Amino acid sequence: MSAEAVPTTKPKSNAIGAPSILRRHGSQLGILGVGLAMWLAFVVMAPTVFLDIDIYKAFAESTPFFAIPALALTFVVITGEIDLSFPSVMALGTAAFCQVSEAGFPQWLGLMAGFATGAACGWLNGALVSRLSIPSLVITIGTSFLYRGIELVMQNGTGVPLTEEKYATMLQIFTGQPFGVPIQTLWAVAFTGFLWVLLNRTRFGAHVFLVGDNPTSARLMGVNVVSVKTWCFVLTGLFAVFSGLMTSFVGNYFWPTTGDGALLSSIASVFLGGTSVFGGTGTVLGTLVASYIIGAINAGIVSAGVNAFYTQLVFGLVIVVSVVLQTIIERRLQRRPIITN
Amino acid sequence: MAEGAAPIIAAKGLHKWYSGVHALKNVDFYVTKGEIVGLVGDNGAGKTTLIKVLSGVHRPDQGQVFIEGTPVDIATPKQAMDLGIETIYQTNSMVPTMSIARNLFVGREPLTASFFGIGLMDHAKMRDDSVKAIADVDLHLRSPDALVGELSGGQRQGVAIARAMYFKSKVLILDEPTNHLSVKETSKVIGFVKGLRAQGLTGIFISHNMHHVFQSCDRVVAMARGEVVLNKPIGDTSIDEVHGYL
Ligand SMILES: Nc1ncnc2c1ncn2[C@@H]1O[C@H](COP(=O)(O)OP(=O)(O)OP(=O)(O)O)[C@@H](O)[C@H]1O
Ligand SMILES: [Mg+2]
Repeated sequence: MSAEAVPTTKPKSNAIGAPSILRRHGSQLGILGVGLAMWLAFVVMAPTVFLDIDIYKAFAESTPFFAIPALALTFVVITGEIDLSFPSVMALGTAAFCQVSEAGFPQWLGLMAGFATGAACGWLNGALVSRLSIPSLVITIGTSFLYRGIELVMQNGTGVPLTEEKYATMLQIFTGQPFGVPIQTLWAVAFTGFLWVLLNRTRFGAHVFLVGDNPTSARLMGVNVVSVKTWCFVLTGLFAVFSGLMTSFVGNYFWPTTGDGALLSSIASVFLGGTSVFGGTGTVLGTLVASYIIGAINAGIVSAGVNAFYTQLVFGLVIVVSVVLQTIIERRLQRRPIITN
Repeated sequence: MAEGAAPIIAAKGLHKWYSGVHALKNVDFYVTKGEIVGLVGDNGAGKTTLIKVLSGVHRPDQGQVFIEGTPVDIATPKQAMDLGIETIYQTNSMVPTMSIARNLFVGREPLTASFFGIGLMDHAKMRDDSVKAIADVDLHLRSPDALVGELSGGQRQGVAIARAMYFKSKVLILDEPTNHLSVKETSKVIGFVKGLRAQGLTGIFISHNMHHVFQSCDRVVAMARGEVVLNKPIGDTSIDEVHGYL
């Protein structure tokens, strides 16, 4: 090297800046883009329907059924696990509520019994997964049958009418329309806010990400992996019961089959919302947006006058395209150098 | 060992088996306040196993660990940290997808206000304190928000050491902190270790490089096949003598 080329001071090559906003939230862009594009397509296809408030009301009422469990499921997926048993927990928790209330106890006691049941189911899932290191995919298929079985035996296969006369307050809580807005969506938004704070602003949330990123190093750094995972499953149990109660009150009837149909929509919402299958990353806001996109497909296709047979087709296309887009965007952003000199 | 003051950390008669492998055989070990002990030995000698017992990752099958003379049963890494034992492992010492500030406080995030342990994390404190903690180990990073995954190996070890120092560890354990580092980065990390000694900190430094140990430690302990085979102050031994035991 020639002498004059030698710099007099060393470059500060070890100074590294913070990652940009784009870099940190890039994976969210795919889902937002797809959502926006789909909405525009619906508006063009059926302007009378999609510029009217009614359609939005319709899916604001129906989407939270699977969006609310999906929000909590996001936590479980971030820790690198999955819970396939929550639809059964929706039914078992609601059954507990009905049994207690119908036996003549106050309904608030019924609520407590319902949520306690959800928490217990979640705890069992979490304990089996984290203490015994059983893969959650396997064990929650098992507990799914177990919880559904207990519920069917408890109910002897029969449902419970949830009438206006008997359950007026509960109907207000779960199906009211304050200011003309379906309360189901208000609950979903409120829960998103609550869970966002829990995930992004608390120590528990930080540990959820750590456990998902690398459970071994999380433990070495002093994180209680067993407790973090267990709480994520408990959270999912609680939210499942809320959703089970909500759908039952919407239909004024508790069906022993409650929860059927939620599984795939919820899981699709979590992954479509940008949560990684490998754990370690994810957002509740993404899950919420994705839920409404999935909800809008159902409501939108029918209202747009397209044959309902197309629902599944569009549904599949949207999921595949968004996940592919998300992956591509993420890869691009990762490759971009962000080291500043 | 000096009379009176009990060693900060000590282990007596440790045995550890890994399904057939007898990794620790009746190991006695201690570190007194203010000394840096160099722990050396061939691959598989049991160095990492010993420090994993001391830092709550594994429980010994036999034997007892003492902190300042008191027998303790360290069941989890968290408990070890609460007892003042900070460990920087050969691998897995950082979360690459998180910022420097967050990594510094992993597992011990400060809270603004807490009700029964549930509270909001104090991000401002994490950023401010991490800037100070990093400056204390003479690292120069522009932002505490940079992701650890984008740091060099030496810088990462610097952050790990800053973390241990910030939490005022009683004993700082470094398991081969210079592994996979370039010559220049290695000398930086050795600089950190020397800095620890200059500040009167207590620590255990595991290395395969005898020169590094002789440069930065007060005492050397050598292990071979699960046993302690040598324990001498640096001044009373030589690199050749230590090599003879391995
Ligand atoms: N988790 C484990 N399961 C089974 N055997 C293990 C495990 N960890 C270590 N061992 C064995 O125990 C012995 C001691 O290993 P240890 O990691 O303590 O050695 P070390 O001195 O740290 O070696 P190195 O210098 O290569 O890091 C080795 O024979 C190793 O194969
Ligand atoms: Mg080792």
